[in-house]
Amino acid sequence: MRGLPDRKTGWLSWLSTTDHKKIGLMYIYATFLFFMLGGVEALLMRLQLAQSQNTLINPQTYEALVTMHGTTMIFLFVVPVLAGFGNYFVPLMIGARDMAFPRLNALSFWLLVFGGIVFYMSVFFTPPNTGWTFYAPLSDSAFSPSNGVDAWIFLIHLTGLSSVLGAINFVATIHNMRARGMGWARMPLFIWGILIYSYLLILALPSVAAAVTMLLTDRHFGTGFFDVAQGGDPLLWQHLFWFFGHPEVYIMILPVFGMISEIIPVFSRKPVFGYKAIAASTAAIAFLGMLVWAHHMFTTPTPIVVLAFFMLSSFAIAVPTGIKIFNWIATMWRGALVFKVPMYFAVGFIAQFLIGGISGVMSAVFPVDWQLQDTYYIVAHIHYVLFGGSVFGIFAGLYYWFPKMSGRMMNETLGKVSFWLMFVGFNMTFFVQHALGLEGMPRRIYTYQSGYGWDTENLISTIGSFILAAGILVTLFNAVRSVKTGKKAGNDPWNANTLEWFTPSPPPENNFDVIPRIRSAEPMKDIRREVAAAGRPAGSVAQPVAPGT
Amino acid sequence: MDTRGRDLRGKRAAPAGSLVRRLLLLAGLGCALLLIAGCGQSQGGQSTLHPASDQSRKILHLFWGMLAAAVVVFIGAVVLLAISYRRRNREGIPLVEAENEKAVSSGLVVAFGIVIPVACLIVLFFIANIGVVKATDAPAPGQTKMNVTVIGHQWFWEVRYPGSAAVTANEIHIPVKTPVNVTLKTADVIHSFWVPELNKKVDMIPGHPNTLELYADHVGMYRGQCAEFCGLQHAHMSMAVYADPPAKFRAWLANMAKPVAPPASPQAKAGEQVFLTQQCASCHTIRGTSARGTIGPDLTHLQTRNTLAALTIPNRKGYLGAWVIDPQHFKPGNKMPGLNLSGAQFSNLLTFLEGLK
Repeated sequence: MRGLPDRKTGWLSWLSTTDHKKIGLMYIYATFLFFMLGGVEALLMRLQLAQSQNTLINPQTYEALVTMHGTTMIFLFVVPVLAGFGNYFVPLMIGARDMAFPRLNALSFWLLVFGGIVFYMSVFFTPPNTGWTFYAPLSDSAFSPSNGVDAWIFLIHLTGLSSVLGAINFVATIHNMRARGMGWARMPLFIWGILIYSYLLILALPSVAAAVTMLLTDRHFGTGFFDVAQGGDPLLWQHLFWFFGHPEVYIMILPVFGMISEIIPVFSRKPVFGYKAIAASTAAIAFLGMLVWAHHMFTTPTPIVVLAFFMLSSFAIAVPTGIKIFNWIATMWRGALVFKVPMYFAVGFIAQFLIGGISGVMSAVFPVDWQLQDTYYIVAHIHYVLFGGSVFGIFAGLYYWFPKMSGRMMNETLGKVSFWLMFVGFNMTFFVQHALGLEGMPRRIYTYQSGYGWDTENLISTIGSFILAAGILVTLFNAVRSVKTGKKAGNDPWNANTLEWFTPSPPPENNFDVIPRIRSAEPMKDIRREVAAAGRPAGSVAQPVAPGT
Repeated sequence: MDTRGRDLRGKRAAPAGSLVRRLLLLAGLGCALLLIAGCGQSQGGQSTLHPASDQSRKILHLFWGMLAAAVVVFIGAVVLLAISYRRRNREGIPLVEAENEKAVSSGLVVAFGIVIPVACLIVLFFIANIGVVKATDAPAPGQTKMNVTVIGHQWFWEVRYPGSAAVTANEIHIPVKTPVNVTLKTADVIHSFWVPELNKKVDMIPGHPNTLELYADHVGMYRGQCAEFCGLQHAHMSMAVYADPPAKFRAWLANMAKPVAPPASPQAKAGEQVFLTQQCASCHTIRGTSARGTIGPDLTHLQTRNTLAALTIPNRKGYLGAWVIDPQHFKPGNKMPGLNLSGAQFSNLLTFLEGLK
């Protein structure tokens, strides 16, 4: 026997680790760093738009900021931070000791990091400034000779590969490594979210990978996929991009739905209402989400019957989404609500996501979208979904799981201060943008003249964005401070339902010494009940009391 | 045991109670704000809230109808959240799930989550498809008296009147109360033609000519702007649609169709030579001279326009001079280079340009 190798310590242990928890934490650190970068970019844009004909930022820089902000938030924050939470919690919640392919897992993370570095290197040369959608022919070499576009193409290749490999890993792990007794109907809803997120990534990403590869060869090797003069078609880009781009929206929200479905029952002291309906509606949203991409293209020359199809399919998504929202409300209905910070963010999520969902249905009606498309109304809509929805959900998850990841509680008061600043700041920033869009302000303009009536609303929006930023900083401060000084959390500070709370906080390298047999969708409740009934220490109930139970 | 017992935690209830109240307050404030936004009148604006045609009005009515329904749905959900907070049980008391309560919750989800959305969406689908689409459709060819072709360029709008020699830029004149069929094309990247008060927006995509009907209820100026991001000066790609009385429009079009008169004064003649020998003529056309460039806007009747550089600056002597010397100051990144002219050349050129009536 050679025995175990020496355990590495220090920074080398992070560089070489294949432990899903360390990789998960690195995902969360790295993506929050990108979140800060994307946030600073957003604040600079808001400063420039604070008044009409502002000359603070030149057009080149402003448009680079638009492009970097969108790309960063989508490809380097929301999607990978969910992979980070997934990495940390999927094995813990299903009772596994690691992901199915630990080394592939490390590869996924480092591909993401290098994708981000390649993209941000372009800041030192010529950053891309075509908007995050990179519509051809604007992104072709004739109109964007700058190699910032190429940096973006490599970002999509690298982070795309990272996401697909990560997704394959999640699928393999969730299908094969669940604890004994955890059937499909006993899987935590967060696991359902991550599973379907993974399938969507595997289905949707090849489309954008193909599109950016075609763009690369158009730019450098003389092909003409998107060039009319050579028999290509710019609409091809839009179809390929949105065939990925719309499922991407659900990729960014389904795991968050899962988090909310975990948090609300815990803080309502009730089982989640309609477990099967929530799981099934997640799958339904994913399926329908693959069929709605052309609602981003309502202003292109497209036959009305096609528009009507995409309007109907977009409508259809409102139904499973509505089911989820009312399932959450029904879970809270007459529950013993405990308003801790995760619950604040979860309730804020419901209200804000509802606004984003409703404004989405309104812009799915194509005659109305003909007016709203490419205006600030759409900017408001996507931010209600992605910030009011996804990011508020991610913050709920951060406050909920921080004790498990660090072993310490985050400060409640600071958490509430942060929530209120973010809640007020977010709505101040983005609600007025609905009005701006209706008043005819197009998106992605670096300046505007006075006399349109846009000045006051833009100023309100800018002030709101700084309040929002302050709220985010309070949470970051809270997290950094709590790692060292927070109250000790213990195994299960929230009296939660799922298996990650069975193991110490932070969990040991092997996650579980014994993996309990699962007998319901809420294994921790079973365990607590047995402990109470038997008066025995928790460890002893890890084994089934009687065979076959 | 009283499972409906009121909150016994005393002051801990306050922040959470105010959560729901503040949510409601914010929703109310938001709706008020949206209404205020809807009330502000602007002259020559580009707001979808001030329609001046049947098309825009129909779309706006559909929008208001949906907004009313949306507000009801949103407030309904927030009220349910508020009630669920109000009726929460005390912490620590095990909740006995009564059968009828489960039925109530199921009913809630089925009614609000499935039945109401499906009913609303079906109604919406028919209204949108049958009512509004017809109104906003482009007319069949040959149905309208007027045809205009608009070609998007980085970053201005070229305007042509088929059947007439008239070519202009950025300022589109149409007769009032006349359906005008607009053919939309692009010379380079994707642009989107949008005059919100008159009709929907339509993308101009290479290889996909598109059409749109413009119709104005009353005489006036309606502003529009490129809606699809098209590069550096997307922000300064505006246009104006002037709906004129028919007689005034005909006179305008007749003038626009004519080539420019030969320059009268010696200064203007010298200015024309500057225009033709410096770089100007390689990009601009002036009908009646040998200038035949196609990169920049047609300048034949420059002085009939109120603005320069796609509504970036007013068309007045000072602005025109400043633009010619340093176009990159007002619209950085546009394709016009600054000219290195002597004082005499510059003043002659301006005199010539001011004669382009």
